[in-house]
Amino acid sequence: MYLNYTTEQNRFREQVRLFLRANLPEDIRDRSLNGEERVAEDIRRWQRILHAQGWGAASWPKEFGGTGWSPIERYLFDLECALAGAPPQLPFGLKMVAPVLMRFGNPRQQQYFLPRILSGEHWWCQGYSEPGAGSDLASLKTRAVRDGDYYVVTGQKAWNTLGQNADWIFCLVRTDPSAKPQRGISFLLIDMRAPGITVKPTTLLDGTQEVNEIWFDNVRVPVANRVGEENQGWTYAKYLLGHERANIASVGTSRRQLRQLQRIAATQLRHGVPLLREPRFRARLAQLDIELTAFEITTLRVIAADENKAAPGPEASILKIKATEILQQISELMLDAIGIQALPFSAAVPPSSVPRSEWQHLSRITAQYLNFRKLSIYGGSNEIQKNIIAHLILDL
Amino acid sequence: MDFSFSDEQQMLLDSTRRLLTDNYSVQQRRQIISSPEGYSRSIWRQFSELGLLGLNIPAEEGGLEGGAISTLLVCVAMGEALIVEPYMSSAVMATRAIAKLSSSAQRSEWLPRLNSGTVIAVLAHDQTNGAAAQAVFDDTVAARSQNAWRLQGRKAIVYHAPLADVLLISAKLDAASGTGTGLFAVPRDAPGLRLEAFTTVDGQRAADIVLENVEVPDHARIGGDVSATLPMVLDYGAAALCSEAIGVLDKLFSMTVEYCRARVQFGQPIGRFQALQHRMAEMLMHLEQARSMAYLAAFWCESEEASRRAAVLSGAKVIIGRAARFVGQQAIQLHGGMGMTDELMVGHYFKRLLAFEVRFGSTESHLQEYAARFLEPDRDGL
Repeated sequence: MYLNYTTEQNRFREQVRLFLRANLPEDIRDRSLNGEERVAEDIRRWQRILHAQGWGAASWPKEFGGTGWSPIERYLFDLECALAGAPPQLPFGLKMVAPVLMRFGNPRQQQYFLPRILSGEHWWCQGYSEPGAGSDLASLKTRAVRDGDYYVVTGQKAWNTLGQNADWIFCLVRTDPSAKPQRGISFLLIDMRAPGITVKPTTLLDGTQEVNEIWFDNVRVPVANRVGEENQGWTYAKYLLGHERANIASVGTSRRQLRQLQRIAATQLRHGVPLLREPRFRARLAQLDIELTAFEITTLRVIAADENKAAPGPEASILKIKATEILQQISELMLDAIGIQALPFSAAVPPSSVPRSEWQHLSRITAQYLNFRKLSIYGGSNEIQKNIIAHLILDL
Repeated sequence: MDFSFSDEQQMLLDSTRRLLTDNYSVQQRRQIISSPEGYSRSIWRQFSELGLLGLNIPAEEGGLEGGAISTLLVCVAMGEALIVEPYMSSAVMATRAIAKLSSSAQRSEWLPRLNSGTVIAVLAHDQTNGAAAQAVFDDTVAARSQNAWRLQGRKAIVYHAPLADVLLISAKLDAASGTGTGLFAVPRDAPGLRLEAFTTVDGQRAADIVLENVEVPDHARIGGDVSATLPMVLDYGAAALCSEAIGVLDKLFSMTVEYCRARVQFGQPIGRFQALQHRMAEMLMHLEQARSMAYLAAFWCESEEASRRAAVLSGAKVIIGRAARFVGQQAIQLHGGMGMTDELMVGHYFKRLLAFEVRFGSTESHLQEYAARFLEPDRDGL
């Protein structure tokens, strides 16, 4: 057992840091560090920059244009990117549909789609959940009826993240309504510009439009855009979700946010004394800091154990729950730290109760607190993750 | 980063587990606790035969020189079996203190006998491990008189003191004799030394020690001023105690899961109920976070970087302490009425965790200690 990074790993880390210092555009970084709403173009630009360096897809094998990095190197890359304030690389193309294509797609699909995901040319989104099929995904109703070389797709998808920017969507659709729920599902790749698709953004608690409802009205999809076998989509969907959970771990983001919380607590005054000097507040901060340190080791343990497995194991559920709990607790503590200044939310001119220099920054804390409630809901709610732990790890 | 154990370490764990599975049944354990001595000489001898008592003795002095990681594994096994023998007190802490702090003459005097199990030594220092909490007693003083030292004062709640042949007693030097802290090897039957013995809540023998003009010769003093070196020994011991707690937690958790699979109510195993499934998922998360910190504590407990070492140890005590409380309480809850009985082992594991929470500085005091770090400018997480 050796719980430090090796010289080689430290060298790799330094290389990533140097790259970030030289190549992460300042405007993107500042928006990120200030917690501003994501600009779609930032995400696109950053993907192009990473691609130019050959780092577009850290998690892909080399044969598909990935880096071929070890799991620990990938972890360090994500960590340093998050600490530096780089925008996230959206998982829908890189970490969701791509692994499915590599494993179950045909060569034509791989050759067409994978390079375009890598370069950032194609923005992908996910068509899984429906109004009546959330945690119970297998009850999805969107229909795909075969018509010659096409499927005709009709139905509604919900909670689609950032689909308003997307070029393509991967969808679970029902191709055999008479089969058992899991048996009659297929996995389709659909061009977002196809006639019959309507995207309607949903406004969330924080005022943003991060998710959408998507309607499909007799959308014609070439059969060539089906991945794998007809009616075998559930197998691919589960494979994808296993990858999704593994990608929710977020040590770097949590560490960066904890630092920010420390800065806030050092400047916020209570009875003229910095909040950081208040023992109760400091103890809560310390508790979170320790939790995060333990979580970092837990994450690395799971990564090490998964190294020789094709897909992440159910331990990924432990990481998903813990990662989201920590991020939510940090956002709660930030909210508590700013007290009543959490209330002014949108204004033409900042009110004088909030120092002008702090305005942007403080109102983002409230917005983030609201937005982060999603963390324990998406990607398989934390209750679903506990079911997985109970069934697959504890065999109950 | 490497979380694997060497073949040697794995073998050590396996053979320790085997020894305890074969010789430390629930029934045997009960008999040992109710015996007059409160520990098993025969088990102690077998520990020696397996080399476990020499795990923290250098190779050139006949030991296995296993270090912190091997100690971690052995202590996990000790926790699983919930032993009451003075392994942590004598074979880890006192042995480590002698191996690290004493002169070569003292090492050859004590180490072979500690290794063979013919001598049990116990470190008598305050239980707080220098953390924010105050020691119960803070009044042990050593005064120099001719070629001897005279000790005066008290030590509180010293685990395994009643079984010890020799006590390693820390004492402040009085102003006339020098500065700092001395460590003195004192025979348990030394004139003027009195034990107020008791059994702890977790079934182990312990005592308050009262020292009234206890005289020991010059050569009984171990090391010089140990104020800076003793904390390293204590941190090593705290890491070992964290490992033991992992063994206790593992066992308690698996007992609980087993029970929920077997216990039938409303026509089905209670483990099918989602409320209980989620509770057990939460217990597992506490346990894995605790295991991560026990690893980190074992890895850092030998470091010379005092500030970082202290932070890691405090962090480990907090995370494992919280896990101990949650997993312990829920283990009893999920066992229902049976969990309340002395007959089942659940309660005994629970009580060992209770002891863990307060030994070597409580969860709360370590949290405060850790939190104080945030008052330093520009401090970051570990």
